Amino acid sequence: MDILYNIFIDPFVQMGSAPDLFVQTLWEGLVSGVLYALIALGFVLIFKASGVFNFAQGIMVVFAALTLVGLYEAGVPAILALVLTIGVMFVLAVGVERIVLRPLVNQPDIILFMATFGLTYFLIGFGELVFGGNPKVMITDELYLPRGSVEFEMLGGFVSLQKIDITAAVIASIMVASLAVFFQKTRIGRALRAVADSHKAALSVGISLNQIWIIVWFTAGIVALATGIMWGARSEVSFALQIIALKALPVLILGGFTSVPGAIVGGLIIGVGEKLGEFYWGPLVGSGIESWLAYVIALGFLLFRPQGLFGEKIIERI
Amino acid sequence: MRAPDMDAGVTAGDVLLAVENVSLRFGGVKAITDVSFDIRKGEIRAIIGPNGAGKTSMLNVINGFYHPQDGRITFKGRTRSKMRPYVAASQGIARTFQNVALFKGMTTLDNIMAGRTLKMRRGFFWQMLRHGPAMAEEIEHRKVVEEIIDFLEIEAIRKVPVGRLPYGLQKRVELGRALAMEPELLLLDEPMAGMNLEEKEDMCRFILDVNSQFGTTIALIEHDMGVVMDLSDRVVVLEYGRKIADGVPDEVKSNQAVIDAYLGVPH
Amino acid sequence: MFYREAGQFKTNYAADMAVFPILQDKIGIALILTLALVVIPLAGNAFFLSVVMIPFLIFALASIGLNLLTGYTGLLSLGTAGFMGVGAFACYKLTTIFPGVNIIVWILTSGLFAAAVGVFFGLPSLRIKGFYLAVATLAAQFFLQWCFIRIPWLYNYNVSGAIEVPTRTLFGIAVTGPNASPEMRYYVVLGVVILLTWVASNLVHGRIGRSWMAVRDMDIAAELMGIKLLPTKLLAFAVSSFYCGVAGALMVFLWYGGAEPEVFSINQSFLILFMVIIGGLGSLTGSFFGAALIYILPIVLRGAPSLVGLDIGAATVEHLTFMIVGALIIFFLIVEPHGLARLWQTGKQKLRVWPFPY
Repeated sequence: MDILYNIFIDPFVQMGSAPDLFVQTLWEGLVSGVLYALIALGFVLIFKASGVFNFAQGIMVVFAALTLVGLYEAGVPAILALVLTIGVMFVLAVGVERIVLRPLVNQPDIILFMATFGLTYFLIGFGELVFGGNPKVMITDELYLPRGSVEFEMLGGFVSLQKIDITAAVIASIMVASLAVFFQKTRIGRALRAVADSHKAALSVGISLNQIWIIVWFTAGIVALATGIMWGARSEVSFALQIIALKALPVLILGGFTSVPGAIVGGLIIGVGEKLGEFYWGPLVGSGIESWLAYVIALGFLLFRPQGLFGEKIIERI
Repeated sequence: MRAPDMDAGVTAGDVLLAVENVSLRFGGVKAITDVSFDIRKGEIRAIIGPNGAGKTSMLNVINGFYHPQDGRITFKGRTRSKMRPYVAASQGIARTFQNVALFKGMTTLDNIMAGRTLKMRRGFFWQMLRHGPAMAEEIEHRKVVEEIIDFLEIEAIRKVPVGRLPYGLQKRVELGRALAMEPELLLLDEPMAGMNLEEKEDMCRFILDVNSQFGTTIALIEHDMGVVMDLSDRVVVLEYGRKIADGVPDEVKSNQAVIDAYLGVPH
Repeated sequence: MFYREAGQFKTNYAADMAVFPILQDKIGIALILTLALVVIPLAGNAFFLSVVMIPFLIFALASIGLNLLTGYTGLLSLGTAGFMGVGAFACYKLTTIFPGVNIIVWILTSGLFAAAVGVFFGLPSLRIKGFYLAVATLAAQFFLQWCFIRIPWLYNYNVSGAIEVPTRTLFGIAVTGPNASPEMRYYVVLGVVILLTWVASNLVHGRIGRSWMAVRDMDIAAELMGIKLLPTKLLAFAVSSFYCGVAGALMVFLWYGGAEPEVFSINQSFLILFMVIIGGLGSLTGSFFGAALIYILPIVLRGAPSLVGLDIGAATVEHLTFMIVGALIIFFLIVEPHGLARLWQTGKQKLRVWPFPY
């Protein structure tokens, strides 16, 4: 009975007795959720438009952040470094399209997936070769990002919010909104959705696949850069980030591989779920459950809704 | 074209499969509404109708891939509210598909051998050794498969991965795979779609031979009316998921509802 | 001209169904076996055996395991290292609790533990497919790795948190532990790998293999033919995890001689997936090719600069290795998406018609 009490009742008693702590944990969860969502967003963009399950999205985040900091350390002014990094991401998009995607067109999904593995390895090696393997500190002040924290007195305690986290949430919302407009209202957005539905049909009405792919990978690159800056500002810029980027997978499962709102909601659910889980239930089994809880949440969810949060029920035909 | 003891209109044999008042919905979409018909032992039964009439869904209901919301299915005297794929297969219902559903990475031989899976008994232990009883069983089934290969005249492509075969031959291999199950009821979903005249003639010959040599009951969906009228003993016509006609080919041909369904009704 | 089956007629089905129906292939496999069993142990030095051959064979075994699941049954798994870890820790527990029983018995038994865990994590495969399933196996990977760290009972409460392999003998000769000779370890690994490769080959060429491939190629058609999907998939998970578990036990007991949970990290899973894909999905021979390329290539790359007299820092070489391996993966996928096994097939086909083009 003790076990049942500890699992099902005690954590909620704790939440009730210290609501400020609960809100603080919730906020932490939301913030890491936003970052998961941003990575998942990059995944979704590429998956929608090219059907490629881009394993390299996580490493693109690190690579973008490293390039930015690396350029700054080499003496380039911060804003110019930002512009140059955007340029590098564009070159990367063109390179991926030319060297990886174009020769592999029409191959099975798993082959393209493996190719992005190759890309991951290449970018890790290349990034470390050029910028060194040591963790770097993100240039926050130079990019006019706010630092410090805001404290609220509420619920009989203090809740402190990092300004950088608030900024991250705002930037993420702006980015999602502009992407939504881009997808729904522009000619390129329409072409993108057409490509997502069927490559062949899109080609037959004169949409250039190559151009679309470059645009999509470039957009994903910019999303990666934004993610990298935010994440780098919270901790540090290092290749350890790529394991955390794997957390975007359960987010995608929750949200569905092709849904932008799904990526956002899924990210928040996973972020909050694992922070609360770790804080309230983790001590029961010796903590550290953050490493797998996200996957188990996604798995449990999948068993009941195999098509994801926003996916339609799949009718199998033959 | 038919065996002499089965003159048109007087079909011999008991009812092998009966579908009663079957309705199937996907969300709000009604695929099949209250359809009943039967298939008698030894006959060739055609299911026709315009595109989207629910023909393929009907076959999917019969072999348990779709589960209807209402109705009953009686096969070999046992009545069920729905079929299960495994039950259908083990009771002797085999199937070919509208868009060929072969195992693309496997050879013709392996595809047809896979059709024998249900008949193979040797367990995991012997399979690990692949000697003794497992090998004997494998050889025994290989003989049956070779007879099918011989019957369908596909000896030359025995060891070719089916993904590389032209469409017509794929359809033939798929028929072979279904035959390997030694079915009592064979469901053919547009066996002649996309074939040229010569291939169609071959396929017609195989279907008739299967029916007369092995005594297999056949239900087929087909759009080529010439083929349907020549091959089948009885025809059921579906439109928008409902049955609009049922009978021997000549009756169906002159049925006003069928003519309207195919040619359209003047408004 | 020399590699042709012309004139070799099969007079019964058994001969036609043999795994190597062509005489030249039979000779080839005999040569490879002699090479592995006699020539390499005699000619190779201890370094070659313990740094190249033993790891290569172990990776090949793990690749075969993953290939049975991903290549033959079409179920993508990213949890290979987790299942290998189950094998290693099970073997460690078994041999420390029952030290009297022969270590080879325990190595094979530990595979059964991995199989059970594999079946458990394979259960979701009934409802989910493709990349979604990959996430289920990631759950296995991270959960199992967490268990290896957080459950001290698994590593007998060692302060270091790592497994230390005790000495175990076979016919009085040390097989595991610090005193085991490379030759002895090599022979044990080789024996296990040959046995299990033979079993895998038997499985995939019979009814079970056909059911696996049927589920991979067109699961709906397979189901409508009476192949039950869940048992077939779970069997694939069980057999695959058994192979991975044995490979994991071999890895720790006969190669590393000790292991921290880090050995079974997600990167190990990816590495083995590379081997399977580069080698060729759905090919046992390919698993050996893939293991050879992915494992041996970095060794060669690391050794190459000093051989040609270049003095580059170790870190730089490491980074370059990463880059080259990454680029080569992409290169191989572009040249032959079906892997080295398909290149091998094409090569054999060319050889058959040589000296004519076709």
